[in-house]
Order: sequence, then C-alpha cells, then structure tokens
Amino acid sequence: MTSSPYSGFRDLPHKAQITLDLIAATDRGLHCAAGDFHIDPWRPVQRAIITHAHSDHARFGSDVYVCHRDTAPILRKRLGDITIETAAYGEILTRNGVEISFHPAGHVLGSAQIRVSLNGETWVVSGDYKLESDGVLPAFEPLRCHAFITESTFGLPIYRWRPQAEVFAAIDAWRRENIAAGRASILFAYALGKAQRVLAHVDAELGPIVCHGAVEAINALYRAAGIALPPTRLATEIANKKDFARALILAPPSAASSPWLKRFGDYSDALASGWMQVRGNRRRRGLDRGFALSDHADWPGLIAAIEATGAERVLATHGYAEALTRFLREQGFDARALHTAYGDDEDAGEAGAPPESGA
Amino acid sequence: MKAFAALYRKLDSATSTRAKQVAMAEFFSSAKADPTRWASAAWAVYFLAGGKPRQTAPTRLLWRLAVEGSRLPDWLCGECYGAVGDLAEMLSLILPEGAPRGEEASLDTWMRERLLPLPLLDEEERYGRLKLWAGELPGEERLAFFKLITGELRVGVSRLQVVKALAEVAGVDEARMAQRLVGYSQARRVPTAADFEALTGEVSHAEAQALDAGKPYPFYLAQSWSRPSAQMAATLGDPSDWIVEWKFDGVRAQLLKRGDEWRLWSRGEELISDAYPDLTPLARALPSGVALDGELVVLIPPEDDYSPDSLDGLAIFASLQQRLGRKVVSEKTMRELPVAFIAYDLLESEGRDIRAEPQHVRRALLEELVHRLFAEAKARGERLPIRISPAVSADTWEELDEKREQARALQREGLMLKAREGAYGIGRRKGDDRTDVWWKWKLDPMSVDAVVIYAERGHGRRSGVYTDYTFAVWSANEEPRELVPFAKAYSGLTDAEIREMDSIVRQTTVETFGPVRSVKPTQVFELGFEGIAPSKRHRSGVAVRFPRMLRWRRDKPVAEADTLDALKALLKGQGGPG
Repeated sequence: MTSSPYSGFRDLPHKAQITLDLIAATDRGLHCAAGDFHIDPWRPVQRAIITHAHSDHARFGSDVYVCHRDTAPILRKRLGDITIETAAYGEILTRNGVEISFHPAGHVLGSAQIRVSLNGETWVVSGDYKLESDGVLPAFEPLRCHAFITESTFGLPIYRWRPQAEVFAAIDAWRRENIAAGRASILFAYALGKAQRVLAHVDAELGPIVCHGAVEAINALYRAAGIALPPTRLATEIANKKDFARALILAPPSAASSPWLKRFGDYSDALASGWMQVRGNRRRRGLDRGFALSDHADWPGLIAAIEATGAERVLATHGYAEALTRFLREQGFDARALHTAYGDDEDAGEAGAPPESGA
Repeated sequence: MKAFAALYRKLDSATSTRAKQVAMAEFFSSAKADPTRWASAAWAVYFLAGGKPRQTAPTRLLWRLAVEGSRLPDWLCGECYGAVGDLAEMLSLILPEGAPRGEEASLDTWMRERLLPLPLLDEEERYGRLKLWAGELPGEERLAFFKLITGELRVGVSRLQVVKALAEVAGVDEARMAQRLVGYSQARRVPTAADFEALTGEVSHAEAQALDAGKPYPFYLAQSWSRPSAQMAATLGDPSDWIVEWKFDGVRAQLLKRGDEWRLWSRGEELISDAYPDLTPLARALPSGVALDGELVVLIPPEDDYSPDSLDGLAIFASLQQRLGRKVVSEKTMRELPVAFIAYDLLESEGRDIRAEPQHVRRALLEELVHRLFAEAKARGERLPIRISPAVSADTWEELDEKREQARALQREGLMLKAREGAYGIGRRKGDDRTDVWWKWKLDPMSVDAVVIYAERGHGRRSGVYTDYTFAVWSANEEPRELVPFAKAYSGLTDAEIREMDSIVRQTTVETFGPVRSVKPTQVFELGFEGIAPSKRHRSGVAVRFPRMLRWRRDKPVAEADTLDALKALLKGQGGPG
C-alpha cells in the first residue's frame, strides 16, 4: 500500500501547512488535516464525517462517526454499536478552528453536503446529490465555496432525467398493464432512498404494496423521521397469493433472480435506476422494463450545481470524473479527477457495469 | 411514424417471444383495417424482416449533428457513444428536444419522401434537414428516426416470428407467408401499400402463381447434433433410415429455372445470380420448372473429369471467399476460381412443388436429372458446373463417426443426416427428431490456447461493455518472442464472465485507441474455430473461421499459451496448402 502523502504531516512547520489543500484525497479517504478528520473514509480512521448512509460512503471500523441526525439511525442499523455524534442541517461544528456544517444534498434521508471552512477559505464535499426536489427530502442547497468536491456518477451528457412526475406516471402505467394482465409488478430499487421515493409517489390505490425485508427496515426509519409513506406489507403478510397479481413488489436489485421471487407467480420485472437511461443496460439484465429514475445529479444537474458554487476549483470523484473534469477544464475551471473508492458496491464499475448503489 | 415508434418500443422492451409476437400481430392487424396505413405497414415489415436500405445519411453527417446539435466537444460525444454503443440511441439522448411542430408524418412519408431522397441533395442541404427533423420529433420517435437512418433496427425479432405474426393476421399458413416474404427485405427495395395488401390478403390462384414466379422456397435449415454420439442409435434409430452426406464448407444457395429465366438465391434470400455467371451453362441446360438446393463451392475439375459424382478439384473455402461480395466477375476470376454447385436436394420438378415427397424420392429424382444433364452435355462436348452431393454410407453410427473424422482432411465441416422419409421443411423446424430434422453433425472445433491483447466494446445488449477481444499466440517457443494476433472473438462467455472480463480489461488497460483498448496480456482462453486457412493479410499468416471462446483457461499462465507452430500444425492437418 502506498503511504499517505501526509505521513509525518504534524512535523511540518505551520507555514507549510497552509500551502496545502484544506481537503485532500489520501489512501484512507478525503482528509482535512487542519481539522484532523476524514470525510466518508474507506478505511478506518479516528473521526469520520459521513455524508450519507450508503455503504460505499459509510464504512465500518472508525472510532467516531459524525453525521446528520437522520443518518444516525441508519448508520446504527447498518454498522451496529458505533459511536455517533450528530448535527442538524446548518448547525456549525468547530474543530481546531475549522468550521464544519451539514447541508441538504437531496440524495437519501439525512444526506448532506459537508461544508468545511478555515480562515475564510471554504470547501464543500458534495457526497451524492440530486437537484430535483423529490417531495420527500429537503431539497439540495446550493453553497458558495472556493473548492467543490463533486460526485460524477452520471457525468456524461447522455444522462438527462425526465421530471419525476413523468417517470412515476410511467411506473403507474406499467402497473396498470400488469394488473390488467393478471401479473405482479416487481420493481427493483435500491433499499435506502430509491425505494422510499418510489413509495411516496406511486399510485397507492392501485393495489397492495409489498416490500422486501431490506426495504421495509428502511421504511420504518423514514416513517420514524416523519416522512409519510403509504401502507406496506411483507410478502409473508399476504395470506391470499392471488393478491400478488395486483401488488407492487419493491425489492433491492440484489433480489433479482433470487428464490424469493418464486412466490409471486407470473410477474413483470423492472428496475428503477439512472442506468436504465441506456437500453443496453436494461437488456443486459434481461428485465422487462427500466425506469430512468436516479437520486444522483444528471449532467445538466452536475453542471448547474458546479456553476452555482462559484468555485474555481472542482474535484470530481467516482463515476465519469475524467470526462466531467476535462469538460470543465475546457470551460476554464481548475478541475481534476480524484481517485476514491466510492461507487464501489456490488458490481460497480464504469458505465458498462453500473453500480447498484443509490443510482 | 408514431405507431411504428410505439411498436419499436414495445418490441424492444418485451423480453418474451410471445409478447413480441402479440405486439407485431396487433400492429399488423390494426394496419390491415386501415388502407391509409398499408404503405407504412409495408415498411414496418421490411425493417422487421431485416431489410436495410442504403444508409440515407452518412455517419459523418450524423456525427456532425451530434457535435453541433449538442454543442459538446467532439471527444465528449465520443465518450457518450462509447457508453451507449449505438449511434442512433446516443443521438436521441444527447440532442436537445425541441417542440413538436407540423403534422405527424407516416413512416411511408418519412421513408419515401424524406429519407430516401436525401442522398440526392448536397451535403449542407442534407445536414440542414436532419437537424430540422431531429429538433421536431418527440423522444420516442426520435430514436426510431435515427434507427431508420443507421438501419440498425434489430429488436430481437426473428424472421420466423414476423412470418408467424403476419400469417396470423392474414389467415394463411406459415409456409405460404414465408414464401410471400422471400426477397421482401432486399436492400434498395421500396415496399408499397400493394405489397402489404398482398402480404396480408387471402391466397388466390393467380396471385399465388404470380407470387411464386422466380421466387425460391424458404430454406430448410439444419440443427446441430450436439449430443454425444453414443445417443445416436437411441434417438435416430438405424443409420439405414438416413441419407448421410458431407457437410460442405461453401455458400448455401437455391438455383431455380422457370421458363427461360434462371435465378440463384442465397440463404439470406438475396438474388445472387449476377455474381456467379459460371453457372450460366448449367442454367441453360436445366429444364424449366426446377428448383435445386445445394452449396456453391470453388471447384477446378481435372481435364478428363465428366462425372457428376466426382469432387476432384474441390478447393478450400478461402478460395470461395475471394468470390464473395464481388459484383463484377472477370473472365480471369472465373478461370482461376470457377464456381460449381453441389446439389443435394430437388424441391421442384417439372414445375411441381415436390417438397412433401420423402427425401429419398427427391434424391433419386435429383440423381436422375443430373446424370441426364451430364450425358446430354457430354454429347455436346461440354462440362457442367454441377455435382451431386455424394452419399456417405455405413452400417453403424460408430462407423459414420469414423468417417466424420475424415471430414477435416477433406476440407469439409462434418456430416449431414437427413431422414429418408422426411419432407423438406421450412426454416429450423422443431419436431420429431427422427423425421422432422436435418441434422448437422459437425467436427469438433479445432482449438488453441490464446492470449487476449486487445478489447473492444460491444453493441446492442453488450453496449458499453468490453466484449470483443483480439487473441494472440506466441511467435516462438522461446525468447525472444512476441504475441502475434490472429483472431477476434466475442462469443462463448456467460454474462457473469463478460462482466468479470470487462473489469479486467479496465484494470489492465495499457492504451486506449478510440473504442479499442490494448491490455496487459494476462488472460488465456481456449479459442475454438471451424477452419483455418493461410492468409496474406494477417501478420500471423493464418485466418480462422468462426472463432469463439470455448473455455477460460484461468489455470494457464500467459507464458504457456500456444505458439504459431500450433496453428501451422492445424493448417497442415487440415490438408490445406502450407
């Protein structure tokens, strides 16, 4: 393993420190040396500031986790008995003179951009975010900063989302077709975030909604946070199997082609994911339908968010970081790609093998 | 256009064969009820049956539209294309959507009045129109529109499914529909309302006759025998119930003579008579009302050879390859690479369709016909470029298996098994294994262990993923040596293996040239192929046929992959020159 460029950092004279970046990528994750903390580290650290609870951003083994208060229950559920400190959106935490605050990212429950400020220099780490207000979460908040570390999962111009109302109308139409044909509708959606966004917007009058256990566990946390979701049931709670033919069944993508699906009889399957924008991705998975619905920013969203920060420096993580930053450089930004371990869940990769996580 | 775009979307999103067929039948039957839609429906059939008009706008113009229309840098459009793997789809995704304007035009209007005349215009005018249209069409129709231009309309519908859906709508049997569709999707054909009416109409006698003139019969396709040889007796019964022939490595074709006209049709139902003037003396000698099924080969007979049963002088497939795709054939080519027809079936005799007759009866008639032609020709001092596919006989399946082994030395692909009592079917029929199937009993493929050195992204359902690989073998056993590329292959891996290879390619990339990446040589595959021939074009000096991955040799270090010598040994073993 290569050693961190910051090993022996504390021995450096004070002056040398301020010539360094406020936040830099190390082999453990994004590191703020001045504040002595990491953001979304992928290896254990002392103090981990967490943007959101998806597993590629919140990993096991750090001593203390600091996150938005809505993220905390999800972290506990996923990482067990850990030490957590929480903050509300906008609340300023100070550490070694460094100001740290959490701001809505619109990605999943509790998701935050992390604003880090020292002596008038401000950096923002976006985590994962989307610009469209989804009616479930507090909307993404544009922040002014000098340097912006942005995700770039869908950082190609082919990714331009339709307004969510259109996508949900398409999902409802697909369900009606299935109900008419007497078959169940199985919709794969990431268990944390996407599934609840779908729940909040599909037509709940069409028939029962059945959730996979992994989805139902997160539903409970959303409800506890005060988010209204329609009634849902577990598959085992449906006594009459005929009811499945009218049901919408929400399951994580990992349940695809698992024996869990056998109980539903005849069904049509679909995936709600930004990757479904490209037909080949859907056809490769052998799914009946693909709905391009994402909790990440699309290309116009990324560009708009970057421009709104007013930042001169842009660092892009996971996704199409090379393409996005090259484009930005040509527009006059000081932009470059950062190598991180985000977007590295399940069968993650580049466009060819899109990650399941939160997409 | 709207209706066609909706059909396209339905077919594209349906995963079951049944759902696709229902979608097509619904489309055809609603079109049938409305004569104003016939012309457009005729186009839909044309495209679904695999028809490809000449590209009406060059890729160069489409690319310019991508770059200028999206206002993105050229390289970024390239990245987008790489991620999508389909130019039409990429265009529909990156171009800004304008407001729909003007009235809805039908598919027929789009094709006949707008797209087909495009090549007549100058470059700027063509570009201007493309840009205008792209801006006016709503999303779904835009994808269909660009697909009409690129011609890549594949939606996983087989020709047979189109036949079935149309047969259902027309209320005629599938055999008749297959015949009506023959030649329908030829390039540059402009289908009309009358075509659709004829396709979906009832059969009248006169119409049937007119339709049949000059048209071949749907080809009967063989199925691969992929079970162990030991099961042959149990499945197929006694070898004496079968007519066994060699499987020749040529080009399948039907030769028809009706009246004074003769026509040669390829299996892809393209009319190829003009490319094989060598057959003119044969066609002239044939009586009217004859349809022969057989294989085109290059055959250079010895001076004194007057027998239709002799295959002396049969050349390897590579020789025939030099004749493929040539539109104009010179005297010199005909002298050096003369083509002959190896006949193995007679489908029409004295103007009568005899496909329902048993195989052995058809074969007896075929032998009689060809021998008679030869006798007459000999009397004129003429030699005819036709041979009868020789029967291979043996008492047991084991004995036949031994004969099959000789196929490679004879430059043949294996054996064909045809039930003596079987009729000539349509397409790849599934029925009784003993009577309803032509079996191809191929040689086991040749193989070498080769190393992946380049990877390229695939298309369609493999778009964006590195699925196409270039394979190399070592130039020598010992250092100094290098890896010499000799084949490209993309089939044989499971989806999970493809994903794994995709990630290996990305991790081991050395250089990227457009869609191609060179990779560090780390992976060895057993690469199988059907044939091997010397080649001047390839640095390796050989060209292989139908290469595909048989097995991922994870156990094998790159240093232990095969060498050029192994390929050359296969070349010799096959009896080819070299």
